[in-house]
Amino acid sequence: MKDIIFNVFILLTVIPCFWVALSSNIVHAAFSLLITLFGVAGLYVLLGADFIGVVQVIVYIGGILILIIFGVMMTQRGKLLPLSIQLPGKVFGAVLTGVILVALILTATRSLWPVAAVLEEPQPTSAAIGDLLLGKYLIPFEVASVLLLAALVGAVLIVRRSVRGE
Amino acid sequence: MPYSLPSFLVVSSLLFCLGMYTVLTRRNAIGVLMGIELVLNGAGLNFVAFSRFLEPSQTASLLSGQVFTLFIIAIAAAEVAVALAIVLSLYSRMKTIDVEEFKQLQG
Repeated sequence: MKDIIFNVFILLTVIPCFWVALSSNIVHAAFSLLITLFGVAGLYVLLGADFIGVVQVIVYIGGILILIIFGVMMTQRGKLLPLSIQLPGKVFGAVLTGVILVALILTATRSLWPVAAVLEEPQPTSAAIGDLLLGKYLIPFEVASVLLLAALVGAVLIVRRSVRGE
Repeated sequence: MPYSLPSFLVVSSLLFCLGMYTVLTRRNAIGVLMGIELVLNGAGLNFVAFSRFLEPSQTASLLSGQVFTLFIIAIAAAEVAVALAIVLSLYSRMKTIDVEEFKQLQG
């Protein structure tokens, strides 16, 4: 039963992902990205990472994807430009990506990972992650918050300057 | 695929490579951003998969992998906000978001 659910989530993640890469319609690509992100959230939950799964849904789907769809809507006035580059570049990209994909899959399947012999039952993770964030990882946590603030101010400043410059 | 570490690694390799292909072949700047999101998701999935399957050690908590994924998500949020601001600003200046048109820095 668990394997079936696992494979369903894998398909839910990987198939729309191809659509993101290959679709000729930017709106279709954006909505395929939505399904892919949901699939990844499901995989996080299957890995026992309940907190990360919820954060994935809230931040990626509720925040980042909405921003991207806003971006699509605000930049699609006028004529639609072709979404992908011409053929020689495409072939180059496909060959490069294919070589890296084969290397990664061989590494993933042939390596001897130090895997735990018996998998523990998944425990609730929120409290432990909170301890780590405010203990061992306090400085990266604070740096990330400063980074978010800087990104917020920077994004507003960039757009504002361009509007005023017109 | 069975529920095991290599299956997750294969899925995240697929996410990474499709994201890379998207970044390499899109002309639309927002399409490139979507590719970057796929790459970051592949990396995050790898971290969480390792934190689930690897043997626990005395010195480090395996939950560190999940904390790193949290940081990746935070950085992705910051990156998308700034990148979209740049794209919108370029659009208002040049009336296009075709990345092949942005050649001013060539000198």
